[in-house]
Amino acid sequence: MRIPVSLHIPVRHPENSGSSPIDPYVQLVTPDGVRVPDPLYDRWVEDIDGARLQELYIDMAVIRRIDTEATALQRQGELGLWPPLLGQEAAQIGSVRSLRSSDFVFPSYRENGVAYCRGVAVGELMRTWRGNAGAGWDPYTVNVAPTQVIIGAQALHAAGYAMGITRDGTDDAVISYFGDGATSQGDVSEAMVFAASFNSPVVFFCSNNQWAISEPVTLQAQVPIANRAPGFGIPSIRVDGNDVLAVMAATREALDRARSGNGPTFIEAVTYRMGPHTTADDPTRYRDSAELERWRVKDPLSRLQALLDAMGLFTEEFAAESSRRADAVAAELREACLGMPDPGPADVFAHVYSEPNSWLDRQQEQYSRYLSGFAGEENR
Amino acid sequence: MTSMTFGRAINAGLRRAMEQDPRVLIMGEDVGKLGGVFRITDGLQKDFGPLRVVDTPLAESGIMGTAVGLAFRGYRPVVEIQFDGFIYPAFDQIVSQVAKMHYRTRGKVKLPLTIRVPFGGGIGSPEHHSESPEAYFTHTSGLRVISVSNPQDAYTMIQQAIASDDPVLYFEPKRRYHVKGDVDEAAAPQLPMGSARVVSEGSDVTLVAYGPLVPTARDAAVAASDEGVSVEVIDLRSLAPVDFATVEASVRKTGRLVITHEAAQSGGVGAEIAASITERCFDYLEHAPVRVTGFDIPYPPARLESHHLPDLDRILDGVDCVMGRPSSLAGLVSGSAVG
Repeated sequence: MRIPVSLHIPVRHPENSGSSPIDPYVQLVTPDGVRVPDPLYDRWVEDIDGARLQELYIDMAVIRRIDTEATALQRQGELGLWPPLLGQEAAQIGSVRSLRSSDFVFPSYRENGVAYCRGVAVGELMRTWRGNAGAGWDPYTVNVAPTQVIIGAQALHAAGYAMGITRDGTDDAVISYFGDGATSQGDVSEAMVFAASFNSPVVFFCSNNQWAISEPVTLQAQVPIANRAPGFGIPSIRVDGNDVLAVMAATREALDRARSGNGPTFIEAVTYRMGPHTTADDPTRYRDSAELERWRVKDPLSRLQALLDAMGLFTEEFAAESSRRADAVAAELREACLGMPDPGPADVFAHVYSEPNSWLDRQQEQYSRYLSGFAGEENR
Repeated sequence: MTSMTFGRAINAGLRRAMEQDPRVLIMGEDVGKLGGVFRITDGLQKDFGPLRVVDTPLAESGIMGTAVGLAFRGYRPVVEIQFDGFIYPAFDQIVSQVAKMHYRTRGKVKLPLTIRVPFGGGIGSPEHHSESPEAYFTHTSGLRVISVSNPQDAYTMIQQAIASDDPVLYFEPKRRYHVKGDVDEAAAPQLPMGSARVVSEGSDVTLVAYGPLVPTARDAAVAASDEGVSVEVIDLRSLAPVDFATVEASVRKTGRLVITHEAAQSGGVGAEIAASITERCFDYLEHAPVRVTGFDIPYPPARLESHHLPDLDRILDGVDCVMGRPSSLAGLVSGSAVG
């Protein structure tokens, strides 16, 4: 049976620190690291004990370290560009760690932490940004579609993939990630129409990081973004995106709804892009540092650290282990990035088509002849 | 061998493809109970069910984007764009997603979509219902673009398009939907999808056409022969890639080339053919290639379309030009005689 459309925007946690008004959302751990009970959402994370919280912390520490290393590689000229995820670790980890391996992910370009947790090798993670290929990994080995740069386009792919799941009769689900800016795109609205009309097993996960390059979310939406989905007939929830536990609870609930035949869910994870849009961006031109400071106190890692500390689990040994794992991944990433062979001239033409193409074959043959004219020149 | 209309032949080809492969789906606006506004999918939802013949919301980008997702899942969607002029909302999904996914994933993801587009004019429709947008797509790497001109090809090539692992745009000439022809449903395809066909042989002029203008070109060839000019008509069939080997062989024989299409002239398929044939067999040309096409205008109102659409006489005017006879192209095309 189709559950009634609801909009879950509780008023219990009006966590409006500073001067930036934040509409209410589901929160299970306060910025100070205090676990607050929630009669509706606690049940979705009952199994998350101290050990699991430690794993989530390590995940977040690792992807933050990946982010730092990739940013450094870009500054050193080894990557063409990098879209930092700093500040959005909880939104990525809380959601991706709720998925099964047979579920399918349609990410934007910023979900590199999601891709890593799905099993994408760190070298593959760099491939796109190093400029070696349009897409980094084989989508079918990790069930993650390639990074998507066209804003919001992947929401439709997710809705379509979910239609396929319905036809196959499995209880897999799809999650589509996009940002607050993408919600202005027609494709995201169309995806919600399709998903609602066909009752498809898809989760629309909007990482509202407050900024679309230089444009504040207020340019995209005059009401909380989560308010839109019920208009499409899609249950919606607004969650503290810097609270890994709350994100996990919301995502698990949404996935359960999808698996049990009750259709799509929209999640707005309220978070903040602590860094630039990409390494090519300069946010000091359009936002003030006071805002950054207001969000810094809500940092997803320090929040979980405080919770673990209160539980006696953020020991020196654990902190060291966490750093060691993050540094090991960073070293592996750097090595894989620098060791990645450059693509060659044949790669220019490879895979444009599945089948032979007379136009392209002719151009490739000619270009190969052209290049062969330079053969041996470097020896002269 | 069965006599059937062009539209029925596409329907029969779709049915056959759906019977042979359970992963083939049809998606589009009104394709289900109604059978499409042109009835091309008539009866298919009744026989294959609503999960395989899907009436979609009225959102072309949505149709295309969800078809991409279904293809990710292993399905082979056949998308119907209701009218040529309605394809533009889906342009981004076609160009940025459908065309590029195989390349960017280095062959890991195949998107074997077939995008059916009823196209062209001549049916007296209001605006946005008579366009010829094929050149946007022939210019887009990663797509194959074909156009059919007769019921047998319509039947065969829709199946070839669906079987292709590359995305294919299948342009069907809506003004020929009711033309009847013999279709052999059991016959193996005579030609690969990418091949052109010489539909009538001749020795003086090569006349290249596709889709709705192939019958017009054949009529023009008959009329020209009455005037003592032997015209070889080529049905291009594949617009991307063009089977230049077939066109080139013909031009080496005739030395003269006329290309005709309904689409606007500048940057069109005819421009590509003229340039490529000039590059490939310049020494064989007796005359500069000539294009007889729609004008560089938005598709005009119905009561003006007869001026815009190339017809038999305008094609013959082009033939006259390359034959060095007086024509309206005098002074506009190198070497043409003054009329």
